[in-house]
Amino acid sequence: MSETRYTKDHEYIRVEGDVGIVGITDFAQSQLGDVVFVELPQAGKVVAKGAEAAVVESVKAASEVYAPVSGEVVDVNGAIEGQPGLVNEDPAGKGWFLKIKIKDKAELSELMDEAAYHAFVSSCS
Amino acid sequence: MLNNQGRPTTPKDSAVASHETFTRNRGLQMEEALLFEIGRTDVTGVDLDEPTAFVSRLGDLARDEEIGLPGLSEPETMRHFVRLSQKNYAIDSGLYPLGSCTMKHNPRLNESMARLPGFGDIHPLQPQSTVQGALALIEELAGWLMTLTNMDAVAMSPKAGAHGEYCGMAAIKAAIEAKGEGALRKVVLVPESAHGTNPATAAAIGFEVRSVPAGADGNVHPDAVRALMGPDVAAIMLTNPNTCGLFERQIVEIAQILHEGGGYFYCDGANFNAIVGKVRPGDLGIDAMHINLHKTFSTPHGGGGPGAGPVVLSSRLAPFAPVPFIKRDGDELALVEDAHGTQALGRLTAFHGQMGMFVRALSYILSHGSDGLKQASEDAVLNANYVRARLADLMSLPFGNRPCMHEVLFDDTWLKDTGVTTLDFAKAMIDEGYHPMTMYFPLVVHGAMLIEPTESESLASLELFIMTLRDLAMSALRGETTRFEGAPFYAPRRRLDETRAARAPVLRWIPPQPIMDAQQAAE
Amino acid sequence: MRYLPLSDTDRSGMLARMGVQHVDELFADVPAHLLLKDPLDLPRRKGELDVARQLGRMAARNVTASSVPFFVGAGAYKHHVPATVDHLVQRSEFLTSYTPYQPEISQGTLQYLFEFQTQVALLTGMDVANASMYDGSTGTAEAVLMAHRVTRRNKAVLSGGLHPHYAEVVRTQSHLANDEVVTLAADVSASEDILSQIDNTTSCVVVQTPDFFGNPRDLTAIADKCHANGALLIAVFTEVVSLAALKSPGAMGADIVVGEGQSIGNALNFGGPYVGLFATRTKYVRQMPGRLCGETLDAEGRRGFVLTLSTREQHIRRDKATSNICTNSGLCALAFTIHMTLLGEAGLKRLARINHANAVQLSGLLAGVKGVEVLNKSFFNEFTIRVPGKAADVVEKLAAKGVLGGVPVSRLLSGKGLDDLIIVANTEVNTDDDRASFVAALKEVV
Repeated sequence: MSETRYTKDHEYIRVEGDVGIVGITDFAQSQLGDVVFVELPQAGKVVAKGAEAAVVESVKAASEVYAPVSGEVVDVNGAIEGQPGLVNEDPAGKGWFLKIKIKDKAELSELMDEAAYHAFVSSCS
Repeated sequence: MLNNQGRPTTPKDSAVASHETFTRNRGLQMEEALLFEIGRTDVTGVDLDEPTAFVSRLGDLARDEEIGLPGLSEPETMRHFVRLSQKNYAIDSGLYPLGSCTMKHNPRLNESMARLPGFGDIHPLQPQSTVQGALALIEELAGWLMTLTNMDAVAMSPKAGAHGEYCGMAAIKAAIEAKGEGALRKVVLVPESAHGTNPATAAAIGFEVRSVPAGADGNVHPDAVRALMGPDVAAIMLTNPNTCGLFERQIVEIAQILHEGGGYFYCDGANFNAIVGKVRPGDLGIDAMHINLHKTFSTPHGGGGPGAGPVVLSSRLAPFAPVPFIKRDGDELALVEDAHGTQALGRLTAFHGQMGMFVRALSYILSHGSDGLKQASEDAVLNANYVRARLADLMSLPFGNRPCMHEVLFDDTWLKDTGVTTLDFAKAMIDEGYHPMTMYFPLVVHGAMLIEPTESESLASLELFIMTLRDLAMSALRGETTRFEGAPFYAPRRRLDETRAARAPVLRWIPPQPIMDAQQAAE
Repeated sequence: MRYLPLSDTDRSGMLARMGVQHVDELFADVPAHLLLKDPLDLPRRKGELDVARQLGRMAARNVTASSVPFFVGAGAYKHHVPATVDHLVQRSEFLTSYTPYQPEISQGTLQYLFEFQTQVALLTGMDVANASMYDGSTGTAEAVLMAHRVTRRNKAVLSGGLHPHYAEVVRTQSHLANDEVVTLAADVSASEDILSQIDNTTSCVVVQTPDFFGNPRDLTAIADKCHANGALLIAVFTEVVSLAALKSPGAMGADIVVGEGQSIGNALNFGGPYVGLFATRTKYVRQMPGRLCGETLDAEGRRGFVLTLSTREQHIRRDKATSNICTNSGLCALAFTIHMTLLGEAGLKRLARINHANAVQLSGLLAGVKGVEVLNKSFFNEFTIRVPGKAADVVEKLAAKGVLGGVPVSRLLSGKGLDDLIIVANTEVNTDDDRASFVAALKEVV
């Protein structure tokens, strides 16, 4: 059983046990345009909630990907470095960025759930 | 006797049919291979005699690797680059309405003056007694720039506009450090509509950027500046006229707020061409402003440089100007090249700046004179307003139908629900024989289209341009999307795949695999 | 005014059509008391003939390189540029076009930039080069910043053989950015100990070859020590022709190669505009400053070129950009590419041999002048001599005799006890007669 939470910077975190899978939302990939480059952290890096964890670039835009929660990066998706198009094609699946071992699950409650995020996105456009 | 040399001279119907050609050329539109595909490493277009025998003094560092540089004979070289040139749009071939870039006529007198041996064929480090005329030229141009701006000093060495920004902001940092406030004043205020170079420059000098929101009228408002002003603020970087094509109405009050708060006023002078001879930046309270000689004073853009970005400075910043600068001693001119013993902020480039651009700019300035410079500004503003007035009924003006300066900014509100984007509209202009306007800049309006016709356009040229845009606009509003979606249809290339270019960058020529394999087999 | 197409009739007609009485109504946003009513008190417009006369008088007061025996180098070099080059760069479509942001109608500029990048990569022995920098000095400063980004350190070590202006530009920039710089003492004989300066806090080492005094430098050991400590080696050159004669910096292990390209295709121009060459390894390309042109396909599948990897640049990244640089030195890069195309490998190597042979000959002649000493063991096309007395005075006296005989080191390095040194350059433009005049004049002066 997994639950997914969202940030105002359009990252998602899908919680599986004590690990969260982090990526950017479908809305974010559509706003960026064709993703051409991804810079991922080293596994083992400890990040604080809101800190820069990765970089994603399209031809005309560049964005930082911030850690939705604090924790340790336990895995990164090397596949999107070679095939950045995966971020556009399947942002919630094969286009994930990194896995964080969540330090404090209480931080999740500060993030939006799916319904709240949908409402947030419709207010953005 | 019958003359049998007659032949049909009316085109047949089949003449309109098109087909792929064997060469992929389309008449005068020639495909051209890369130099590396047509050149040979043993061919040269330069005749040089082998030197007579000598004993090498290269030590043990002589190059024994092949370089792999192909050469072409002179006729081949000529043809290669002429064909390449024919794939470029240029001011000399058509109206080039790139807002913020100022694509005005480039007089050829300027080119011939810059090529006078007395300017082009002198070395930056030959004795100063042998280059007094060159120093006099720099001094003369500096004098014009100071008078036109009513400023106290000018740093001539910056190599381009962004380099000038760097120089001006460095002078501000030096002045702040001289007052012992270096640790305190760390923030630079930059409006959202600014050129990207402004925040990039501030960051490069170690300042923190604080964004100033623009008002609903496209101007920066004193209240917004006041709200952000504090003892930590070093300066504001404000473009005037701004990137929305508007004069900052309350610029004098903004300058006062900065000065009263102990900060400095940097002006991005990219748009100085709108106001030369009409108002002097020094009268507005500006402390530093770079002048893009390639915009305001017509030195050619050259497909991306070289530019030149002298920076005029107020008396508060003048002592901190970088070396070199010129000192007059009676009839003698001398370059001060050593920063030691001065308050100069240091050195920003080898030698003395873009002399070739100085000659061109002074040639332009002398040709115009003070009356012609004023007229040029007025004509630039008149032409932009004429375009605004004639398109205001069809295209949307984000800040209302009020007078603009040398460029007019439209947004894409008017294209809503047409299926045509700003990009499509711009690409369709290419098919009509125009270079697109500046798009998606400034960032403060959606789908920006920034049009700067410049003073170099005749009324007839402007009318045709206006009618063309009206035709395109009405076509877009009628929903005729095919004309736009695939555009351009008639350029040397159709739209290029920028995603492909960025995902797997190919940044140099690499021999095709069969050639590499053959080479390896031979080795 | 010959550059302004609008007539007074056009102007009044346009204003009338807009319902505007006077053009100053369009300047209504300018504070009224600051709007100038009359032209400033400066000279009025002039015809071509008058402008040409006025500028011609200034030009005539300068002693040109072609008019005298000329041996001035130290970062800018007098070479012969084929007539074809200047003809082609003045083609309207090159001269009067903008940065190639609309690739469909800018393939000419984009293709030559791609060719330029390839030529520079080949010459330097590197993987990839950018579309040029303002000049060698600013390029060197950008290289140092790039090394700081790559290594996440901020200490640069500058060789004492680095051109003093280049070193000063780096120091100015580093001061402004709060980065650290160690500058080694001026090193006339290429005997400095750089290796001991390199440790695991070093971001980069900047070494010029041939150095300011003309000595070719072997970079191999420095590269090894840099890499063992996680630092980058930045190799600098001011005379690009030397790359055809000397082992490439890439082959010696440099991570960034940067230098001045003026010698090929570009005139002396009293110091500018010039063209900075900048090359590096593929793995660092995203930390590179400046524009890059890349290959791609158009909608019909035809090869074409675009500016690419622009997310590094200021117009997208703003305060997080790799540099504030917004332009390159396009037309100078074009001149470089055309001249290099004319030369080709065969011509360039021969040009380099002629330069070297002439310099070897001159060094022999100067060494024969009593009191004059040639300091270099090895050199390419310039070297340093010691003269009795003050070098600056000697150079002035030579100038008075109609010989421009080099650059006194004291002009760039004052107060360093190097007041008796002159840097002398000799290229393909110098004849036997030039050399004889130089030697004869020098004998009289020292």
